[in-house]
Amino acid sequence: MAAGGRARAQRPNLDKMERMVVSMQDPDEGVKMRSQRLLITVIPHAVAEALHLGALLVRHGYLYPLRDPRSLALRPDETPYRFQTPYFWASTVWPASELDYAIYLAKRSIQRRGALLDHEKGCAPRIWQEHYDQLQWKISHAWDLVVTQAREQLRAMKQRRRGDRLVITCQEQAYWLVNRPPPGVPNVLEQGPERGSCAASRLQTCKSLDFYKWEIEYARKALGRNRLKSSVCLEAYLKFSSQRGPHDPILSGCLPSNPWVTDDDTYWAVNAPTAATPTRLRVERWGFSFQELLEDPVGRAHFMDFLEKEFSAENLSFWEACEQLRYGGQAQVPALVDAVYQQFLAPGAARWVNIDSRTMERTLAGLCRPHRYVLDDAQLHIYMLMKKDSYPRFLKSDMYKGLLTEATVPVETKRRVFPFMRKPRHCSPSPALPTAGPGGGGED
Amino acid sequence: MCDQTFLVNVFGSCDKCFKQRALRPVFKKSQQLSYCSTCAEIGKLERERPKLPDVELHQVAERVEALGQFVMKTRRTLKGHGNKVLCMDWCKDKRRIVSSSQDGKVIVWDSFTTNKEHAVTMPCTWVMACAYAPSGCAIACGGLDNKCSVYPLTFDKNENMAAKKKSVAMHTNYLSACSFTNSDMQILTASGDGTCALWDVESGQLLQSFHGHGADVLCLDLAPSETGNTFVSGGCDKKAMVWDMRSGQCVQAFETHESDINSVRYYPSGDAFASGSDDATCRLYDLRADREVAIYSKESIIFGASSVDFSLSGRLLFAGYNDYTINVWDVLKGARVSILFGHENRVSTLRVSPDGTAFCSGSWDHTLRVWA
Repeated sequence: MAAGGRARAQRPNLDKMERMVVSMQDPDEGVKMRSQRLLITVIPHAVAEALHLGALLVRHGYLYPLRDPRSLALRPDETPYRFQTPYFWASTVWPASELDYAIYLAKRSIQRRGALLDHEKGCAPRIWQEHYDQLQWKISHAWDLVVTQAREQLRAMKQRRRGDRLVITCQEQAYWLVNRPPPGVPNVLEQGPERGSCAASRLQTCKSLDFYKWEIEYARKALGRNRLKSSVCLEAYLKFSSQRGPHDPILSGCLPSNPWVTDDDTYWAVNAPTAATPTRLRVERWGFSFQELLEDPVGRAHFMDFLEKEFSAENLSFWEACEQLRYGGQAQVPALVDAVYQQFLAPGAARWVNIDSRTMERTLAGLCRPHRYVLDDAQLHIYMLMKKDSYPRFLKSDMYKGLLTEATVPVETKRRVFPFMRKPRHCSPSPALPTAGPGGGGED
Repeated sequence: MCDQTFLVNVFGSCDKCFKQRALRPVFKKSQQLSYCSTCAEIGKLERERPKLPDVELHQVAERVEALGQFVMKTRRTLKGHGNKVLCMDWCKDKRRIVSSSQDGKVIVWDSFTTNKEHAVTMPCTWVMACAYAPSGCAIACGGLDNKCSVYPLTFDKNENMAAKKKSVAMHTNYLSACSFTNSDMQILTASGDGTCALWDVESGQLLQSFHGHGADVLCLDLAPSETGNTFVSGGCDKKAMVWDMRSGQCVQAFETHESDINSVRYYPSGDAFASGSDDATCRLYDLRADREVAIYSKESIIFGASSVDFSLSGRLLFAGYNDYTINVWDVLKGARVSILFGHENRVSTLRVSPDGTAFCSGSWDHTLRVWA
């Protein structure tokens, strides 16, 4: 029953709901129950989350309302509910087949021709009638069986007490509401495409020599790996979060205002990728890490200016060219490698970059067989050079300090007095439009 | 006269595992025992191991200020899909999004104005993966067709978007996740066949494949690191694995979840990642400490988490669950900050916008909501 087993395992939420329902019925710690002529429970008034959880229990059929059994919905009032018997729980891998449904509908049809049960008055039997007709057409060959079964079950029911009859009918109705939801009601048992159907079994059986070799290699690497103490790693989170907190719009808000809240997109205009005067917060972010500086087009441009003053701009250009190679199309790889070599690495090149001799040897050797990662070593070397040397100098430079002081701090938008007068929401040109400039929208 | 030192190999029964091996002396509480080399190594590991996890996150986070009252509301509701929304992604321009649904429709919206800008109908149902290209000029999507297709976005009324479609990835089972790397020209995919793969968009060539998961791979995320070489994937084998894109090797693996991992997302600094799973918990794993450092769960949350994402500073973790709610967790303190109601069916996808001003959630109730 592998398929059934997998389906079961995919729904751990049903296990948990069942445990919850069982504990709710515990006489000592469970939900308060009042016994009237029949056992009834009342869901206590609770805050939103408990209500929501209760609603889910009802929707999955673990609880059902006694007064309006047509719809499985939780109402936060004194409506009585009842626990569903485990036989009908959603996790039972009971097929709920067409035949069973047909028998159920046949029973209802027969009953309706007789006296209507109290709780069915005011129902809309139209839906069931439609389903009934469809099924009658589909399984017409077994229809005699259906009608016979229905009559038998009804006769057996007549021999029980009225209270039990009512309970059984309610249970069945709740069960079928979950397994055959009326139109418009989402099916809570739907799971999405099946997982683990073929991959798992196939991979598990291939425990070959290669698999074990891989395991041994992996375990050896894992043993040798350098691990940091937890305290060091966790302190790093604290530092990171406290540093970035003021820059997080959801935590600290943003100036002039959050566009989604006020319908005013000035924030995006002010922080556009190619804005002429960057904001204070943005310039501050360039000081957090070298990566932040390079990722921001304006920051990168200023850094390039700085490097030009120091006569080391070729480093950044080389790094950019290497990034283009790494993330570019496969077909462009040989041409790009050659271009980079001619411009930056060849002896006497126009913009020769200063790499240590060992890395240079390795890189030049790799150029015989160019692939997209052939310049990785050289790129890393130049990146570290800029990060350890030029970047700290940039942060201490007059240029950066000037940028900080000139940076704008947008004024907070005054709250509109009449909030219901919605501001018109401006469209913005899509980055996919051909007229948009090459710098607009994306980074590569 | 001999000055040589002799190495004496004593053979006998190991005091721990009782197997017949070469023994070496081991001192335990000033008592000498003889262990085989395997048991001696394991003993050493067991002594060293407790030294590393010297403190827990909630202890360290006691010094941090608690977050104040938290109010987030639905600011936009995007209606237009005729069926369950399965996946969405933001454009770098911070306002456009692409979303895909069960009936095969992929729609590009300007979510600020709620206008639909493009719509494509895929030839398959259950489009479980979609991604926006970094340049904003193309989208990628795939699902039960086992492929990942890239559509260039065009405003030309005479052109049918489906005509320019490029079939890039080919897997042997459904496509569960896809993502562009730093440019429009490479795409990383994860599939139900248990593998991930890196493809060249222009030629459709397979650049690297990643084998190691024992079951369907359900999600992936690229590391925001400066060297840009790794990514993490989560699968039905309850494992989250970190891969080196260059060599195709698995660098680290974490196996503490009790059920399928539906979603993984890196912490903004790149040193950790969070995962959301069907076991109703979200967990934070640290890459440098090589262990799980936090679990975000509550007894009252019994439905699985389908999708997680961090706020810009990494202080908040937004998680969408199959019980139709979104829980907001304080990453450092481990406590739930807020619960957001609004969707009428399970939340299937959740992403924070690139500038962190809002996040968007897509649900099986056919709508997407932008919260801020």
